[in-house]
Amino acid sequence: MTRLRTREELQAFREELVRAEEKRARVRVCCGTGCRAAGAEEVVAAFSREIACRGLPVEVTTSGCQGWCEQGPLVAVEDVPLLYLRVSPFDVPAIVDLTLGRGQPMARLLYQGEAGPVPWRDEIPFYKKQGRVILRNCGRIDPTDIRDYIRAGGYAALARALEMTPEEVIAEIKRSGLRGRGGAGFPTGRKWELCRAQRRTPKYVICNGDEGDPGAFMDRSVLEGDPHAVIEGMIIAAYAVGDVREGFIYVRAEYPLAVKHLTLALAQAEELGLLGENILGSGLDFSIEIKRGAGAFVCGESTALMNSIEGLRGMPRESPFRSVERGLWGMPTVLNNVKTFASVPLIIERGADWFTRIGTPGSPGTQVFALTGKVKNTGLVEVPMGITIRELVYDIGGGVPGGRCKAVQIGGPSGGCIPEWLFDTPIDFDSLQGIGAMMGSGGLVVMDEKDCMVAIARFFLAFTQAESCGKCPPCRIGTYQMLTIMDRIVDCRGEPGDIERLEKLGRWVKETSLCGLGRTAPNPVLTTIRYFRDEYEAHIHDKRCPAGVCRSPGQFRIADEECVRCGLCQDVCPDGAVLAGRRGFSIDAEACTGCGRCAAACPVAAVVREEKVVV
Amino acid sequence: MNLREWEQRLSPILARYAGKKGVVVPLLQDVQGEFGYLPAEAMQVIATELRLPLARLYGVASFYSQFYFQPRGKHVVRVCTGTACHIRGAPAILARLEEELGIRAGETTPDLAFTLETVNCLGCCALAPVVVVDDRVLRKRDHKKLWGWIREERR
Repeated sequence: MTRLRTREELQAFREELVRAEEKRARVRVCCGTGCRAAGAEEVVAAFSREIACRGLPVEVTTSGCQGWCEQGPLVAVEDVPLLYLRVSPFDVPAIVDLTLGRGQPMARLLYQGEAGPVPWRDEIPFYKKQGRVILRNCGRIDPTDIRDYIRAGGYAALARALEMTPEEVIAEIKRSGLRGRGGAGFPTGRKWELCRAQRRTPKYVICNGDEGDPGAFMDRSVLEGDPHAVIEGMIIAAYAVGDVREGFIYVRAEYPLAVKHLTLALAQAEELGLLGENILGSGLDFSIEIKRGAGAFVCGESTALMNSIEGLRGMPRESPFRSVERGLWGMPTVLNNVKTFASVPLIIERGADWFTRIGTPGSPGTQVFALTGKVKNTGLVEVPMGITIRELVYDIGGGVPGGRCKAVQIGGPSGGCIPEWLFDTPIDFDSLQGIGAMMGSGGLVVMDEKDCMVAIARFFLAFTQAESCGKCPPCRIGTYQMLTIMDRIVDCRGEPGDIERLEKLGRWVKETSLCGLGRTAPNPVLTTIRYFRDEYEAHIHDKRCPAGVCRSPGQFRIADEECVRCGLCQDVCPDGAVLAGRRGFSIDAEACTGCGRCAAACPVAAVVREEKVVV
Repeated sequence: MNLREWEQRLSPILARYAGKKGVVVPLLQDVQGEFGYLPAEAMQVIATELRLPLARLYGVASFYSQFYFQPRGKHVVRVCTGTACHIRGAPAILARLEEELGIRAGETTPDLAFTLETVNCLGCCALAPVVVVDDRVLRKRDHKKLWGWIREERR
């Protein structure tokens, strides 16, 4: 590949690529982290082998996350088009023979709708309600090849932005109403404008890819599946802000594949002259460096992230200045989330008016959610802002398998739990805040009746307590004190007044902590108290867990008439509490810790739990 | 190895970062990549080279959960305890692994064969609960193989 010196050369290069693209059948295998773990690489190998064997004119390519992780590995036969689900290497010869060889679909591997098999995404309920803006290329292009991105119209927005003045670019972003997708929802255009107004140089652009929320993988999927969209957004930001020569992408340590794809993407962009000196003849010099995180959740906080890049302990800074005034190395810095940067090229290309037509007036555009937990269709979804939680969980997510949905946890450890009766709330930045939750980065965990809300709240609090950096006392000590109380309640040793104590402590921690971590850490506890107070009261006053999750309440008993005397319960009991008698098995109530392994091991469900009130 | 030898072994890594800003974290990552952990002698050499007080260097390294000061096991078994894995049964898997390996999460077996860790989220929640063995992600269906593999390795 030769260096592109002007915008015209880029355009010519793209046209050349489109022309040269062979009209061959193409099989695209999803190789996102989810599908990879489900065996996608073996599927790719099987396809290559089989196609080479038969000498078919078919191209096998990989792609980033196609979204429906639950049904992985996903294989898209693009020219037909067909989407095959849960493909194993053993299915490959049949696919090659029937579909690629004779053009027949394999109904067995298609999505089974109510009216028979469904061939392609647009008719599958999981994809139907989605609108893909940020994920426009994820799963559609090969992320390891820049030519695929350029062919799909990539870097056209950069060329367009370079024709505009930086002020015009900022005005366009401002007009689009784009709000930061990292959680807080600060208007992006305003942030850039504030930074541009600063006199001190050099300035920096940072992409925050430190996606630490457990149960969230949106940023990872974008970085893995469409790294160039983020890079293009960052170059446009650098141009708009001005006096920026260096940018950083901070990626979480747990995402090795994202680092790999980004490294490759940066090298290819540099080779084409889309990064480096005098980009496309515009006089803009800009390069991007990857910074790998080293495992600290708090580094997702912007000032902590900057400290980490500077090589310090990743603790938040207390400073009267904002990052746009004094950020990295004390210089004006623009820091945006992965999804924010990925949205920018489309806004420039299609215009702010197009963008504002999607979503709600206060929060235009789309949001990506990682839909996980007790839901049929786990995966990555992108929906317009303003969609209701009910649509997300039932229409796209397919509802809860074999149960009733009780609540969703939105926004990770900084978000809140929203009960089923509030599911008609439209999702946008402001409405979620109104009901005590927040958008966060977009994790959405669905919970059913078997989940204890107190235990879930305790889980999140334990997470933030462990990840608290310890700099400011409200967060360090406050979360610890709250966790002590939560532990007590989960063990059914709670005392009257504990709920009130939690509420008071939670308020203090929220109001007085230094950074976003502490200021949002009590949210899961406070929202569960607000919406599921009865569960707390059951733990404290009745000493029982309504969901049957928390340990001590209840007592296991072996129903003798059901028991087949297999002895598995005795084998698995770690405490030796299952006693073998002459007539069968019984459980020693004193020795039993209520772990429930015997009940799980029993093949005939003879181990039953009886609620016992501990006095 | 004495300090001299450590200096020699570290010099190619240190040379990569000479004269740059904000190098501490990536430098430590590279050193750990080479040795598997951060040996005390290496820390001394790095501190001298970067003209940082040793305490400051340890301060940075100990802040991040992915830096280790003890040698690690030949195999690293990581259990995801993120939200999605948590509600789909990660605690039970962790308990069973702890029992099987005879160590707690965060520890290494005395024979340096296994290190058991928890991780907050690997971002493959669709496969929850997830266990990662040496960077290979095992979904629920594959967990059965884990026990046999551990016993095999033990022998």
